[in-house]
Amino acid sequence: MANISSVDISRLKNGEVNLGTSIMAVQFEGGVVIGADSRTTTGSYIANRVTDKLTHIHDRIYCCRSGSAADTQAVADVVHQHAQVYTSVYGSPPPVATAAALFEKMCYDNKDQLSAGIIVAGWDKEAGGSVYNIPLGGGMFQQPWAIGGSGSTYVYGYCDATYREGWSEEETVKFVKNSGCIRLCVITKDKVERHFVPGNELPRFWEGKEVVGNMSGQRVGVTA
Amino acid sequence: MVVKAVETPNIGFDFSNHARNQFLGQRLQGTPKATSTGTTIVGVIFGGGDSGEEAGVCLGADTRATGGPIVADKNCEKIHYLTPQIRCCGAGTAADTEFVTNLISSNLELHALSQGRPARIVTAMTMLKQYLFRYQGHVGAHLVLGGVDSTGPHLFTVHAHGSTDKLPYVTMGSGSLAAMAVFESSFKENMTRAEAVALVARAIRSGIFNDLGSGSNVDVAVITKSGTEMLRNYETPNERSNKSRNYKFRRGTTAWTKENVRSLIVSEDVKITTGAGKDQGGFEAKQVPTGAGVGGEEGMDLDS
Repeated sequence: MANISSVDISRLKNGEVNLGTSIMAVQFEGGVVIGADSRTTTGSYIANRVTDKLTHIHDRIYCCRSGSAADTQAVADVVHQHAQVYTSVYGSPPPVATAAALFEKMCYDNKDQLSAGIIVAGWDKEAGGSVYNIPLGGGMFQQPWAIGGSGSTYVYGYCDATYREGWSEEETVKFVKNSGCIRLCVITKDKVERHFVPGNELPRFWEGKEVVGNMSGQRVGVTA
Repeated sequence: MVVKAVETPNIGFDFSNHARNQFLGQRLQGTPKATSTGTTIVGVIFGGGDSGEEAGVCLGADTRATGGPIVADKNCEKIHYLTPQIRCCGAGTAADTEFVTNLISSNLELHALSQGRPARIVTAMTMLKQYLFRYQGHVGAHLVLGGVDSTGPHLFTVHAHGSTDKLPYVTMGSGSLAAMAVFESSFKENMTRAEAVALVARAIRSGIFNDLGSGSNVDVAVITKSGTEMLRNYETPNERSNKSRNYKFRRGTTAWTKENVRSLIVSEDVKITTGAGKDQGGFEAKQVPTGAGVGGEEGMDLDS
């Protein structure tokens, strides 16, 4: 019998592969920057340390996946197929809003079966860069920036305090990088550009003065 | 005659015994467990680059199958055939890995026939993940999928819930941690075929010796564009040796106080049927009707 007094946050089935995750997407003039970490786990075991959670949906539409690996892959595969059929039928790529609506429908209709938190982002000629957040219950929210996954709570404050409208591509990339993402992807009209930030090159600005090891690897004494 | 309006199609899994099993499980001391292949299975991609060798995939598996604490099979085969150029290692529930690989193998053959070209690894991977996702993890198949197709060598893991990963080296099963420790310390890109086979064998051995669920022998499969080589029992590090002592008692070990020998046959009547042989002295030959029944030996004729 389930304990009612404690809410079951993790709705994963026993032994299921989890994406204990940090994902984000940020809009800028002319495109979006999306980012994610690279870890998937089964319990305490890291099933994959170089996962790609930035998943291709169409030429200029990607999604960031969090929650169950199986569920999010299945949903992304179905939406990917819909996007291909759309292109064949209408002779033009689907708008980001359409892809997001497809995700939303799947996540809402099957909300009891799925544990999928997805951010859809991309570029289209009608809206330019746009970001749609589709959290667990299957809602859909268009936002200038969105974060998701179990790790996102740690950077909510940073993102909320730091984000400004009207950033350039470079500023947006730096923002996503500083939020702790190691896989980045810049999507604009002209390109889909991927970046990878190795663990030893992650920014360490938050370590401040009271740090035992600094960027160069030398030991620094704690000052009194 | 009553005709059923709707016939249930006889396909897929049948969960109708679930409630009964649940009930029995509560009455008895737990539900009986299915045979699980407590397993070490691995795969690596090798060749290409500067190695000067044909790119390919090397798969490996141990050969122990367990049912709870019992070794159910000491030398089972966990590298399953999918197509001539695709193989699949299975961990988890033995019946499920066998069934799911057989099913997908059939569908891949039909796919190849209808498309007029060999099926790709991604096709096999997609079929497996969609099937496993449909059963929401109740089909307990954890797989390592590898092979070579027109687009090159490919290696995947497929989990029972339907998630997949694409990596240059993978391990699965209860011995996956032991095997992954070997890969993480010794894997190189663009290994030669010989290096890859040796590394895979070492990873499986690590599972065999360090994981209780894995054991017995090392099976290896090497797949390249030019063909597939199954190296069944590539290594047998657990061969049973001759016992240095035995448990037979020497004659005369047990003392006795009395000996009594008696003949068990007290009297005997032998009937000879027609044509069964010559008259034998001392016995009365009696005519008994027989059919074409027992003992159609040489010289025996049928009675009219």
